[in-house]
Amino acid sequence: MLETFLEPFAYDFFVKAVVVATLAGALCGLVGVYVILRGMSYIGHGLSHAIFGGFAASSVIGVSYVLGAGIWGFASALAINRVSRSHRIGADAAIGVITTASFALGVALLTVFGNRGPSFDAALFGSILGISSTDVWTLVAVSVLTVGVVASRYRALLFATFDPEVADVSGVRVARTDALLMLVLSLAILSTLSVIGVTLVAATLVIPAVVARMLTHRFATMLWLSTAIGAVCGLVGMNLSYHLDVPSGTTIVLTGASLFVVVLTLTGVGRLGRTQTRSGTPAVL
Amino acid sequence: MSPSEARVTHPEVAPVHVLAPATELVRAERAGVSYGDTPVLAGVDLTLRAGDFVGVVGPSGAGKTTLLRLLLGTQRPTTGTVRRAPGVRVGYVPQLETVSWNFPVTVGECVLMARSGRLLPWPSRAERADVAAVLERLGIGHLVDRHIRELSGGQQQRMFLARALLRDPQMLLLDEPTSGIDVATRHDMLHLLGHLHDDGMTIVLTTHDLNGVAAHVPDLVALHGTVVRRGAPLDVMTSEVLEQTFGAPMDVLQHLGMPVVLDRHAPGRPHGA
Ligand SMILES: Nc1ncnc2c1ncn2[C@@H]1O[C@H](COP(=O)(O)OP(=O)(O)O)[C@@H](O)[C@H]1O
Ligand SMILES: [Mg+2]
Repeated sequence: MLETFLEPFAYDFFVKAVVVATLAGALCGLVGVYVILRGMSYIGHGLSHAIFGGFAASSVIGVSYVLGAGIWGFASALAINRVSRSHRIGADAAIGVITTASFALGVALLTVFGNRGPSFDAALFGSILGISSTDVWTLVAVSVLTVGVVASRYRALLFATFDPEVADVSGVRVARTDALLMLVLSLAILSTLSVIGVTLVAATLVIPAVVARMLTHRFATMLWLSTAIGAVCGLVGMNLSYHLDVPSGTTIVLTGASLFVVVLTLTGVGRLGRTQTRSGTPAVL
Repeated sequence: MSPSEARVTHPEVAPVHVLAPATELVRAERAGVSYGDTPVLAGVDLTLRAGDFVGVVGPSGAGKTTLLRLLLGTQRPTTGTVRRAPGVRVGYVPQLETVSWNFPVTVGECVLMARSGRLLPWPSRAERADVAAVLERLGIGHLVDRHIRELSGGQQQRMFLARALLRDPQMLLLDEPTSGIDVATRHDMLHLLGHLHDDGMTIVLTTHDLNGVAAHVPDLVALHGTVVRRGAPLDVMTSEVLEQTFGAPMDVLQHLGMPVVLDRHAPGRPHGA
């Protein structure tokens, strides 16, 4: 039993994959706290699709995907944030069109130039294989940056998330703080895309944060709890991926979903109401 | 003037928080706000000076919150002008209905938001002491680790007041600070605001509830889409002004020199919320 568990750790690629998945899970768990508290769960979904277009395009053209998809993703994130704050009717439809079109473009590019970019399944559901050193270092750099931003702008981020209007009159530069969060969010999605896959990134943002919210009502606790839950899901999910031979994004998300069910059973459905945001829908729906 | 121009980064210690009396802080001239095609405020002329203690009264939907936003600068006038003195530190206590109560923050975390400049997530020893002191002063020191939802209405009002006071504001704006709290607590709240005003703070509060304000607030603004009347309680709380403002006939009696309002609402008709 233990041997079976330890066996893949003899392979370099697997050790790398486990480290990346754990870090990716932790990163998404951390950023996801802000995502669910701002009632923007859909943003992770939209963004990952938008970024996928940039990702596919840059890998086909042969430019650094961090640059190509990063810039595209950040621009989309700012646009989406603006729309979600301005409540302008019809604008969310426009965002839907842009992110979906971007995704479709990515799919088309990968189909035509499939041999040059990542494989299809890998892009959609995450892959245990083919994690390059660049991927690892990008993820490490993004994680360090994210922790730096969350720590140094801790109260401004919290205030702007809790009550942007009062934050604004209380000396918080809300627009700048929001932009910083969007930057971190797009980078987090970008750097975890290869392990988790486009279609499942949104879930890894949302699930740990929702589970953490059900367990605490203190913000500081929710932040580290969600990070820890994300890390555990990444670690367990990646191991399952190897043993079950299923794409890693899938097993990471399913691990999170199982944890969600366990916590829901233990704490009762009432706790789910806690994740409800101002817009009225629970974050998980 | 944009809100960012009016913002000031203030030193942590020993601010001069009393402005020269009668300094003009905000001046609205023919200011109006429309959401889409619906006008909410129109032709508002209002000047706020340092040392003012103003109560804005009007029914629900009269535009009280919108007026506060104009004064704060978070809402731009769609017509007319609002000029605000730069560099005034403002404290704002939001209407409880607008707060996201599911948000995971404790009372202590909520109050600490006021000190957003720190580059470390955890509070310094001095900050911890400041939070404890302001909560203690407002009588909710024992609630520092509770979730914000677990507090009573009056305690929630005091928590947001604590957050505003932690910035040592020169001007304090409160949206319906006497809503959702019982009579005794309401008296305490208004009494406390009176003390802050005595210390030199400029205060503007709104209320849809006339009882109690006259005895505590020296300067009233009757609002209904525009300023119906501004003045001392005895000048504003007349049946004529109140009928124009609330759109319902009201009788005003005097009791110990204070105006007392009797509304002639039909039984069962709800008060504004
Ligand atoms: N953001 C908004 N968009 C559209 N209408 C609004 C908005 N905010 C307030 N209103 C409308 O403006 C009117 C005045 O609102 P408000 O200033 O909140 O009044 P009060 O605080 O006196 O109850 C109400 O009819 C309200 O529905
Ligand atoms: Mg209001």
